[in-house]
Amino acid sequence: MSSTLAAPSGTAAGMEDTPLVEVEDLEKVFDVSAPWLNRVVERQARQFVHAVDGVSFGIARGRTLALVGESGCGKSTVARLLVGLYAPTRGRIRFDGVDLAAAWRSAGARSLRRRMQMIFQDPYASLNPRWNVFDIVAEPLREHGLARAPDAPPERADPARLQARVTELLQSVGLSAADAGKFPHQFSGGQRQRISIARALATQPEFLVCDEPTSALDVSVQAQVLNIMKDLQRRYGLTYLFISHNLAVVRHVSDQVGVMYLGRVVELADKAELFARPRHPYTRMLLDAIPDVQMSGRARTPVQGEVPNPLHPPAGCSFHPRCPHANDRCTRERPALLLQGRARVACHAVEEGRIAVGERVSA
Amino acid sequence: MTAPLLEVRNLRVEFPTRHGTLVAIDDVSFGIAPGEILGVVGESGAGKSLTGSAIIGLLDPPGRIAGGEIRFNGRRIDDLPHDEMRKMRGRHIGAIFQDPLTSLDPLYTVGQQLVETIQTHLPLNAAEARTRAIRLLQETGIPAAAQRLDQYPHQFSGGMRQRVVIALALAGEPRLIVADEPTTALDVSIQAQIISLLKRLCREHRAAVMLVTHDMGVIAETCDRVAVMYAGRIAEIGPVSAVIHTPAHPYTVGLMGSIPSMAEDRLHLLQIDGSMPRLNAIPPGCAFNPRCPHAFDRCRIERPDLLDAGATRAACWLHAPPARLAA
Repeated sequence: MSSTLAAPSGTAAGMEDTPLVEVEDLEKVFDVSAPWLNRVVERQARQFVHAVDGVSFGIARGRTLALVGESGCGKSTVARLLVGLYAPTRGRIRFDGVDLAAAWRSAGARSLRRRMQMIFQDPYASLNPRWNVFDIVAEPLREHGLARAPDAPPERADPARLQARVTELLQSVGLSAADAGKFPHQFSGGQRQRISIARALATQPEFLVCDEPTSALDVSVQAQVLNIMKDLQRRYGLTYLFISHNLAVVRHVSDQVGVMYLGRVVELADKAELFARPRHPYTRMLLDAIPDVQMSGRARTPVQGEVPNPLHPPAGCSFHPRCPHANDRCTRERPALLLQGRARVACHAVEEGRIAVGERVSA
Repeated sequence: MTAPLLEVRNLRVEFPTRHGTLVAIDDVSFGIAPGEILGVVGESGAGKSLTGSAIIGLLDPPGRIAGGEIRFNGRRIDDLPHDEMRKMRGRHIGAIFQDPLTSLDPLYTVGQQLVETIQTHLPLNAAEARTRAIRLLQETGIPAAAQRLDQYPHQFSGGMRQRVVIALALAGEPRLIVADEPTTALDVSIQAQIISLLKRLCREHRAAVMLVTHDMGVIAETCDRVAVMYAGRIAEIGPVSAVIHTPAHPYTVGLMGSIPSMAEDRLHLLQIDGSMPRLNAIPPGCAFNPRCPHAFDRCRIERPDLLDAGATRAACWLHAPPARLAA
């Protein structure tokens, strides 16, 4: 089952309509069993967590897909699967038409690595404290031989070119050339995240995976970083996968939104559609749960229950224990992600028309 | 207005270091009326959590109160001896911290911790204290409270732990609760539950709350009044709706504009360039002047106090009365 929102490949659509990134039925299972001896002595079975369980989506070139969900829903695992930090248990990821599982093992893996980069959540942990900013930003340039003199061997970087490129990168994220000599501890959280972005941009990637890039930042600094990311996307035509738990941030940066719950995508739609007409009960619940800064006085339905233990997810639809619309079918049968109007929703109640599509009145 | 339950006057908190004394909180004054919820909002390092710690007498050394006074119910509490402050804390002033895992002792059951707290502050025997503990857990919405009383903190989820912490804070029937980022470590759906719980319980127990958070959304949903802190001082204080809809201080304006909105689409978020100054490099005059789009000469020289600015009070020379401006 292919459930990309973009035109499926194989149609006569032009190049710009083919998604840059296509994910099909992606699954990642982690073995979280106790050590062998404990299992034998305490007679425990092996335990597995389905961190990502049959996720499919596509991201068109130059667009942003945001994955949103609460802790433990598998959104960060998807990010890591996409850049090859984890190997998928099942399913396929295609990047620019190339199957990644095969590509990582091929001779072209290095150039592929250059084309996708990642920005991590914690700018305090993702920068080496012993390296100065120049070395941090220059590392990918050296590694990929991107700053060598025309006929020098790839591992020999040309100092002048390296210098010029690092300066250019730092300036593109609003830092100055003079910052290159400093160390990460001399920067604030927002500035460190800019350094991470400069490092990610060094290889001129087409695809950036951003895993909660602003969650560790204060709001005024978050605004600076989000603005930079949007500017860079426009300037370089970048494609983003943006992982966040903050729906307001997602609404600001994304073109499409995928809502995840316990390893599955429960709703996938264009941003405007999702925020105007949320269909899945979980999406509605998430939207209702956001504290309303504008104090428009809308009534909030208090959310019931908590995310179940991912070791023992509920049968059927994993959201059914918290869902006000759950019936017998929901407890038995797992809903597929089906096209409902202009969104893809995995919900029996929506499919059967038991819940009406609620228009959200936005102020 | 009734006499404030808590009154903070010209509070100053200092950290002596080898490189000189850092002033983390400088001349902060505010009051909380009985039953009122005051939000304290600001970015990391603004001094909001320290203000809370100073009130409950839990400043980490070498931090110390170097000036001003804190009055609770008319009585000075900032200079109380250690033992008396201990009795105050829990009985009259409850505290809720950000991380529910570190607020609970992993080696004792939730029940032991609740019973101990109750018996420390209230003259109840073991059985009565246990009954009260169960009732507190029920009030905070923990299902099967009687059974869960004998479980350890690690057997509770994050949201459930924070409910236990709220139960602990309410155990001594305090009249003031200092809640420091009570929902920051929680997911949005759980955050919404905890906020409505906190609001309901404080109303039922008639406790006033000082809610410290960086999340303007939480403030908007919860508080009666809000104080916006910047670089160790209050930049603006006033009723929540006035601060949110008609902010008077340029920092508050920037802060509100930088929050991504659920209601409208903007290509760019309003951004305040630069970042908050470090404690050892707070600029003279108004601490916000290097980042302020409206800064003029006076801002760089003279430090503004809180001035009347319509519905709120803002520490900004833009709101200086014209007579004084001319002088």
